Amino acid sequence: MEKKKLILGVIGADCHAVGNTILNRAFLDAGFDVTNLGVLVPQEDFIKAAVEVGADAIIVSSLYGQGEIDCTGMREKCDEAGLKGILLYAGGNLVVGKVPVEEIERRYKAMGFDRAFGPGTDPQVTIKFLKQDLGVE
Amino acid sequence: MKPVLLIDFGSTYTKITAVDVDSEEILGTAQSYTTIETDIINGLNNALAILREKIGDIQFAEQYACSSAAGGLRMVAIGLVPDLTAKAARQASLGAGAKVIKTYSYELTEGDLREIDEINPDICLLTGGTDGGNKENIIFNAQMLARSQRNFPIIIAGNRNCAEKCEEILKDKQTYTCENVMPRLDIPNVEPVQKKIRSIFLEQIVKAKGLSKAQQLIQGILMPTPSAMLTAMKLLAKGTSTEEGIGDLVGVDLGGATTDIYSMSFGLPTMGMTALKGLREEYAKRTVEGDIGMRYSIHGIVEATDIARVSELSGLSEQRCTELIDYLATHTDVVPSDDNTELEAIDYALASLAIETAVTRHAGRLEQFYSPMGVSYMQTGKDLTAVKTVIVTGGALIHTKRTAQIASHALFSPLDPLSLKPKTAEVLVDRKYILAAMGLLSTEYPDVALRIMKKELVKDGVH
Repeated sequence: MEKKKLILGVIGADCHAVGNTILNRAFLDAGFDVTNLGVLVPQEDFIKAAVEVGADAIIVSSLYGQGEIDCTGMREKCDEAGLKGILLYAGGNLVVGKVPVEEIERRYKAMGFDRAFGPGTDPQVTIKFLKQDLGVE
Repeated sequence: MKPVLLIDFGSTYTKITAVDVDSEEILGTAQSYTTIETDIINGLNNALAILREKIGDIQFAEQYACSSAAGGLRMVAIGLVPDLTAKAARQASLGAGAKVIKTYSYELTEGDLREIDEINPDICLLTGGTDGGNKENIIFNAQMLARSQRNFPIIIAGNRNCAEKCEEILKDKQTYTCENVMPRLDIPNVEPVQKKIRSIFLEQIVKAKGLSKAQQLIQGILMPTPSAMLTAMKLLAKGTSTEEGIGDLVGVDLGGATTDIYSMSFGLPTMGMTALKGLREEYAKRTVEGDIGMRYSIHGIVEATDIARVSELSGLSEQRCTELIDYLATHTDVVPSDDNTELEAIDYALASLAIETAVTRHAGRLEQFYSPMGVSYMQTGKDLTAVKTVIVTGGALIHTKRTAQIASHALFSPLDPLSLKPKTAEVLVDRKYILAAMGLLSTEYPDVALRIMKKELVKDGVH
């Protein structure tokens, strides 16, 4: 069976690289085809990559607190680009200050993301949800 | 003595270079108008007559040719995302020495198909999707091309999972299949496509352009002229297994209609805190600025910069500059003579601005980011700041006393610090117009060609 394809990256002016490397490894080991765009990735680059690669999901990391600003409009751009219904996840330090996880999820789902994960989420949790949402073992 | 004749069937001039490969010397050069309407051999014979006057009647052991006659190698490139596969397809074609008439992205429209038929390219390059990636786009475009009224050959170099399906859809057309021009994201794979373009050129296009009669008299027309230039520069930079090259370099060919820029460098970031973004660029890169040239495209230089800058650099008033520019646009064979200081000044200004614009477009750029971690940079394209050599060719640069000054406009400027042009570089001048000839010669005698270039291309052309 064909591997499911992910686009991974750290969005905006954010250059935190360690978590990105850990996620890359974890997703590869879990059997996904990973295209890792690294750090300092504009919205457009996630989308261009997803179009060219025929991706099933876009995984956006944000660590420096400005995630909400950087992710605004992303779902709409995906729709524009012919990626209607593509899975969109966000994870990291997604908002400024200490905010309950339910509130973080609510804000990102309102922007069109399918799931949002707070700081300290184990990659295996994300992987479990990915497999569930993509319908793989 | 082993004399070899190297021929460049140019779009305007047929240029010939005689080389003795035993003593590794240029015996002589000559040129005459290219006679594509009658028989291309006439122009060659005229040039040979001029050469014989200079160096006597020599029997050549071997003869090789390159050509940009009859419009050169005309191509159309098709890809998916403009910054990704469409760009990779365009770059692959330029690097094969082609003239890319138009590049298309996403799905071809009916209008696009009509346009392609009107252009009637020598070769069409169809790409799209990484391997295992997007399928719909390349298949859609193959279906469009299947309806073309013309017979141009099509190279299929996209998502490998769709290659067979595309071949099937295009079964009534001439197709050639190749490795994907971008198999994984951001990493171009241009060489297989370039090899294919070269072999189609030799097989078909030489015949179609009326060049095949020339073919019989020489060992072969081996490549389009820009390909010979690229080959020469790559050889000069990289060297061979037995002879050292001179390292990373930038090449400038300033013509009457276009300006070609070459860079032989991987162009990786030279500063810390820099992330490399977007499509990686190939080591041997060629760009063509079709709107910038010293005569046919002279107005393009002013449009790309400013008449005020032309005035500043030439020391002439803006009005006088405009008058002279309009004059030169319609008197394209005018070359400044020694005593015509106005023409010399305007050509100096135009050449400087042409080089500055063309090299800036070719080189990479930096964008600065201020983040909670301080300043960091995003680089697109090649960082050429560490390149130490600039090679210049083209009439406006060869037939002037101020070559080094003009060429200095190819260098890094504090007025545009985000443009990654070479910071300090030596300027080598191709005074004898031998670059294309050496590119040709290198197919049989690479070490000889390299050594001749090292000897002839000296600083400012001063021996």
